[in-house]
Amino acid sequence: MGLHTMTASPTLAAIRFGTGLRPGQNAPDPGALLTGLGGADTLQQRYPQDSYATRIALGRELTRLNRSRRDSDEADAAFLEARRQLSRDVLRQLAITLARGVAAEGGAALRERLVWFWADHFTTVGGRSYMRGSIAAYVDDTIRPHVAGRFSDMLEAAILHPIMVLYLDQERSYGPNSITGQRRGASLNENLARELLELHTLGVGSGYTQDDVRQMAELLTGIGVTGEGELAFRPNNAEPGPEVILGHSFGGAPVADLSEIRAALRALSLRPETARHISGKLADYFLSDTPDPDVVADMAAVWMDTGGDLAQVIGAMLAQPSAWAPGPGRVKRPLHFIASGLRALDIPADRIASASANAVNRIASLPMAAMGQAWQQAAGPDGYFDDDREWIRPQSLAARIGWAMVAPAELRPRLPDPRVFVQGALSDAAPPDLIRAAARAETRAEGIGLVLASPEFQRS
Amino acid sequence: MPRLTRRDLILRASALGCSAAASPLLTPVAFASAPTDNRLVVIILRGAMDGLDVVQPYGDPGLRVARPDFAIGPDAGATDLDGFFALHAGMEALLPLWQAGELGFAHAVSTPYRNQRSHFDGQDLLEAGTAAGTEGGSHEDGWLNRLVQTIPGATRETALAVGREDALILRGAAPSVAWSPASRLALSPATSDLLSMVYHDDPLFLDVFDDAEFYSGLLHGEFGDGGAEDMAGAMADSLRDAPRSVSAQSLASFAAERLRADARIASFSIGGWDTHRGQTNGMRRALRNLSGAIAELRQGLGADWDRTAVLAMTEFGRTVRQNGSGGTDHGTGSALIMAGGAVRGGRVLGDWPGLGEGALFADRDLMPTRDVRAYAAWAMAGLFGTDRAALESHIFPTLDLGPDPGLLR
Repeated sequence: MGLHTMTASPTLAAIRFGTGLRPGQNAPDPGALLTGLGGADTLQQRYPQDSYATRIALGRELTRLNRSRRDSDEADAAFLEARRQLSRDVLRQLAITLARGVAAEGGAALRERLVWFWADHFTTVGGRSYMRGSIAAYVDDTIRPHVAGRFSDMLEAAILHPIMVLYLDQERSYGPNSITGQRRGASLNENLARELLELHTLGVGSGYTQDDVRQMAELLTGIGVTGEGELAFRPNNAEPGPEVILGHSFGGAPVADLSEIRAALRALSLRPETARHISGKLADYFLSDTPDPDVVADMAAVWMDTGGDLAQVIGAMLAQPSAWAPGPGRVKRPLHFIASGLRALDIPADRIASASANAVNRIASLPMAAMGQAWQQAAGPDGYFDDDREWIRPQSLAARIGWAMVAPAELRPRLPDPRVFVQGALSDAAPPDLIRAAARAETRAEGIGLVLASPEFQRS
Repeated sequence: MPRLTRRDLILRASALGCSAAASPLLTPVAFASAPTDNRLVVIILRGAMDGLDVVQPYGDPGLRVARPDFAIGPDAGATDLDGFFALHAGMEALLPLWQAGELGFAHAVSTPYRNQRSHFDGQDLLEAGTAAGTEGGSHEDGWLNRLVQTIPGATRETALAVGREDALILRGAAPSVAWSPASRLALSPATSDLLSMVYHDDPLFLDVFDDAEFYSGLLHGEFGDGGAEDMAGAMADSLRDAPRSVSAQSLASFAAERLRADARIASFSIGGWDTHRGQTNGMRRALRNLSGAIAELRQGLGADWDRTAVLAMTEFGRTVRQNGSGGTDHGTGSALIMAGGAVRGGRVLGDWPGLGEGALFADRDLMPTRDVRAYAAWAMAGLFGTDRAALESHIFPTLDLGPDPGLLR
């Protein structure tokens, strides 16, 4: 499938499908985005995060310190310091996420945007024990390797990751007729099963019923997490099968194991409802919050033809002429806005990766929260807001304008001339009114603020 | 009709001969006359509150059977309300309100949403106030906004959505503003004009910027005298403080402050009700937030508390039976919480459907016996004189108002 070379512009390739322009850096070749996406992921190595194993070890240590904190003043101080370190680590995870986005060019920038998309699609929130420091590792392990791969692989990795299992309470769901269920009179917990069908695969209103949710919950019984934070399968908790989901039978082997669950996840990943739901979400994320149904249908058709090959689904989107229509695109989410703002201000990614926790908090974490995207703290498993009008509210627009007017001076003691800045930030996407406004601002800080606060910069 | 911008209003004020010269920009004084003295606060309880745990029907033997591990009734720390229902210990702080007749409940209520049990669709339907089957669609407006549409003389100050989320309940054609405590926009007049020019061709940004300038100006006055440094400092402070001012109590305190001034309708939400596991702790935390918010409203509203009704409602209830994790899953019927000096409380209203064999909805949930919208409608009729036709056709399409439960004093 070929790109519409007549309409595809390098500026849009950077703004709509990447993390924005950087002054002095050539905008990417639209035709090379997909190849770049499939290329080696060098940014993960360049800006590494703690591994899941490291986070578990630190989390268990924090639990141990918490238990002994009453023993002595030193023990209490050690606990408090470890807890402060955890907060700093979470901020560092934001710095690394931003640094990868700021460093990325072309197809690599498309990869970062996709990682952000899927981290939201498979939202987890670290509320308790070691979960809090582990969200970035969860994203690196389950999402990142699969954004240009198969959806079924990502689905399995995410749903069967201990963090997801804990977040949606699967580890304490018992088949009513399982050995544990019978002994303790314990029962199901529907949480993961429902969100798996409603949010992660088929989509709400696509035709599944409460019975399907119930059967899915029964099939998922047995999944657990060990004290060491590893996934476990406990046959004693598993409801004896088979379970019938959307008319198909799963499970029923004499001894239940994960393979039955994997088979059901694979089947869900290939359902037409799933293809439509997620193609629609991708088009919504990149193109418009009322995406063209024909575009979504084309993407879903490619999904079905390729068995959920995500690179090809993205390729089908990029091949649409309407994907390259100039003019107002989606409102950037706050993480995207700030990453692209840092690029426009020509801040080196290395400086962001090594910034102090305080600086990350002031420049990114608190402002993002004021804009409605508190870092790693989505309100629920459906992730952050979706529609443009949810993102642009009076108080959150005030925060965006506030960042635009205040952050640049803090990041760069010598601010560039706004007339130069507008060209670097938006290139040929800068409208004449904005160029005039930037030139007429009373101070450099306000001129740059106007550019960063403009709809052309706030949208993609 | 296109929306009026601040500049339009200034022009109109000038044309009408108001003393716009005294203040070059719109000030609260110019449009201060409130259309009514009564106040309505709607708190959205996001995540599906378990009404059976908050207002426990301990007199129904089915409850203990379905929830063997839960603390139930006066023997387990709850407070007896009327010999049949008991109030969860997490709401203890509000017992004086119950005794004063300023706190009441309606049980076994729900929106028309059935069977799907999705939080997100359920909340949309609760806020849109529309009929069954409209979930999943794109809702243009919410029922509180449609109420404002019926209030003569309502201005942009009359209705306020507090907090950072998009409050569908107040979205719509009538004027309303969304704002958060500690939010601030501080721009020089010249920068403000340039930004208006930059937003000129983008209706979303233009309208929302206008609201932000209006509300920030209302709270902090217009900028212009201070230097660029001061403005940057004010906005930097706001970026730092706004994310820290999102507790239920801060939202309630800000709402009360505005309701004492010119706001008459306010809405905010409190989350934390999705108690799939360890409900004992989760419910205690969530109820502490809700009780704190209601107490803060009472405190902050002062004498105006007597003219206030607070309605706290949720998208649906939870399963009657406990699940495998000491929690409950998504259900249907729940409870409505009503507070305020204008409320005739001290009662648990509603037809009790029972929890026995065959009494449950889909053999799992509390059977709703009344549409929660009917209570909200009667409260609006009492507070604002909203007529029946407007309530049943416009504000809550297809609602059957039913008999008057006499909610207000």
